Amino acid sequence: MTDKISKDPAAAPAGPGPSGTPYEAIKAIPVRHYGRWVSGVLVVALLGWLVYAFSQGNIMWATVWDKLFDPSILSGLWKTVLISVSAMALGLVLGIVFAVMRLSKNPVTGAVSWLYIWFFRGTPVYVQLLVWFNLALIFEYIDLGPIYKDETSQVLTPFMVALLGLGLNEGAYMAEIVRAGIQSVDEGQTEAAHALGMSQTKTMRRIVLPQAMRVIVPPTGNEFINMLKTSSLVSAVQYTELLRASSNIGSTAGAVMEMLFVASIWYLALTSVFSVGQYYLERRFARGSTRNLPPTPWQRVKTNMTTFKRSPEATA
Amino acid sequence: MTGELMVKAEGVHKSYGAAHILRGIDLEVRSGEVFCLVGPSGSGKSTFLRCINHLERIDGGRLSVDGQLVGYRQKGDKLYELKDSEVAAQRRDIGMVFQRFNLFPHMTALANVMEAPVQVKGESKAVARERAERLLDRVGLGDKMGNYPSQLSGGQQQRVAIARALAMEPKLMLFDEPTSALDPELVGDVLDVMRDLAESGMTMIVVTHEMGFAREVGDSLVFMDGGVVVESGHPRDVLTNPQHDRTKAFLSKVL
Repeated sequence: MTDKISKDPAAAPAGPGPSGTPYEAIKAIPVRHYGRWVSGVLVVALLGWLVYAFSQGNIMWATVWDKLFDPSILSGLWKTVLISVSAMALGLVLGIVFAVMRLSKNPVTGAVSWLYIWFFRGTPVYVQLLVWFNLALIFEYIDLGPIYKDETSQVLTPFMVALLGLGLNEGAYMAEIVRAGIQSVDEGQTEAAHALGMSQTKTMRRIVLPQAMRVIVPPTGNEFINMLKTSSLVSAVQYTELLRASSNIGSTAGAVMEMLFVASIWYLALTSVFSVGQYYLERRFARGSTRNLPPTPWQRVKTNMTTFKRSPEATA
Repeated sequence: MTGELMVKAEGVHKSYGAAHILRGIDLEVRSGEVFCLVGPSGSGKSTFLRCINHLERIDGGRLSVDGQLVGYRQKGDKLYELKDSEVAAQRRDIGMVFQRFNLFPHMTALANVMEAPVQVKGESKAVARERAERLLDRVGLGDKMGNYPSQLSGGQQQRVAIARALAMEPKLMLFDEPTSALDPELVGDVLDVMRDLAESGMTMIVVTHEMGFAREVGDSLVFMDGGVVVESGHPRDVLTNPQHDRTKAFLSKVL
């Protein structure tokens, strides 16, 4: 690190600036950050101790690698992704609907939306899952008159319970996120659209929501990452997702901790993959709001490799 | 200019809560006319302009565009408020240009101009694109069609906004201080486009502080203060020979 800094003036020699006039680069001794070295050593030492502790513990690491790609684990992994994506999609749709209802001039829709958010945000998602799971105790049949009739327990499969429980809960949070996004769009945009003769619906769909997305996407990514992990709660309603699949093996094979590691590794992998997806989604909706799009992580790595960061303009 | 009556206001009143902004506006704008509204800020000229396409609802009086009441329907001696969709239909024929441009930032210049014809009139994309390209050419931005608003200067954005309003082929154009948010050296380009538009015979109502433009291009001028029309007439007459003290005081500050 030190030799790289000392080399730096040579790497940026006196040369033509953007305007073409040559100048001499300043040669100065950089500030030494001794604190960073000390804290860095401490952190590494702590990490080393932690790794040592785990390696000495009574854990069969071979089992972890062995079970990582076990068919039942992979099936649980797939179900975790499936329920997370479905519940998030449901939450997003509900969120948009209830946010628009909340902002509408109609007092009835406003009150309904308020009530929905109040209830589903105000009770624990775990409780909501259990209520859906036991709904047959209240409604024995789902009866839509001549159109449809079935036993509630037939309709509310573990997947449906998980979907309704997670999705309706998520909808309440998404409604607030979408509402914040819609309100962040300048009123002049609505006026301009109305002045062109666009209807309320068209204005919302074509003008306001696409701009609101820029504000909506980052917290939604956060919600989705949360959802991937919260979905582990649905093991309580007999849905065999990643955590349940892992602990099933864990309890029969007597490898509880090992299987929790397996689950953790997969959760980390999932959240990492979706974080990258979120980054590119944010870039997509930043179109038009900034003159130059921010660099992708890969582009940033490349610039950091070539120019050692000393001044902000060096990374531009 | 003695075209047909385009806008007719009779005793128009507007309040925001306790603030009485418009206190009985009477005026007539004829087809093909360039009608300038001037006055100090807070005089109600922008509010009046926004009433013409029902962005603001009037509280008293009558306001009609091309013979149709704005925002209401009269049956016998009763007034019925129009539904949102009917208001939207009335606005199609009235173009508006804002002080702060209000271009859609997530769309390119070309998409901004194409948006309303495609979405509101249901025009095919090919037809809308062809007209949008022609209009952007006309306002001198033929080479900026693919740019997003953030990549354009204020003057360029305002010219896109004019093209966007023209794409609906309006019979009336409203300009709400179109050059007030611009750097001085960019004002000229926008005024050139407006002058060109006036020469093509468009009916225009212009709220402006550009007295030079009003004198040169305007057919009528109204001086407003405190929510009423203080003085009106041909721009040359009002600007060079104002009759009222308030007009004189205002003009001595801006000319």
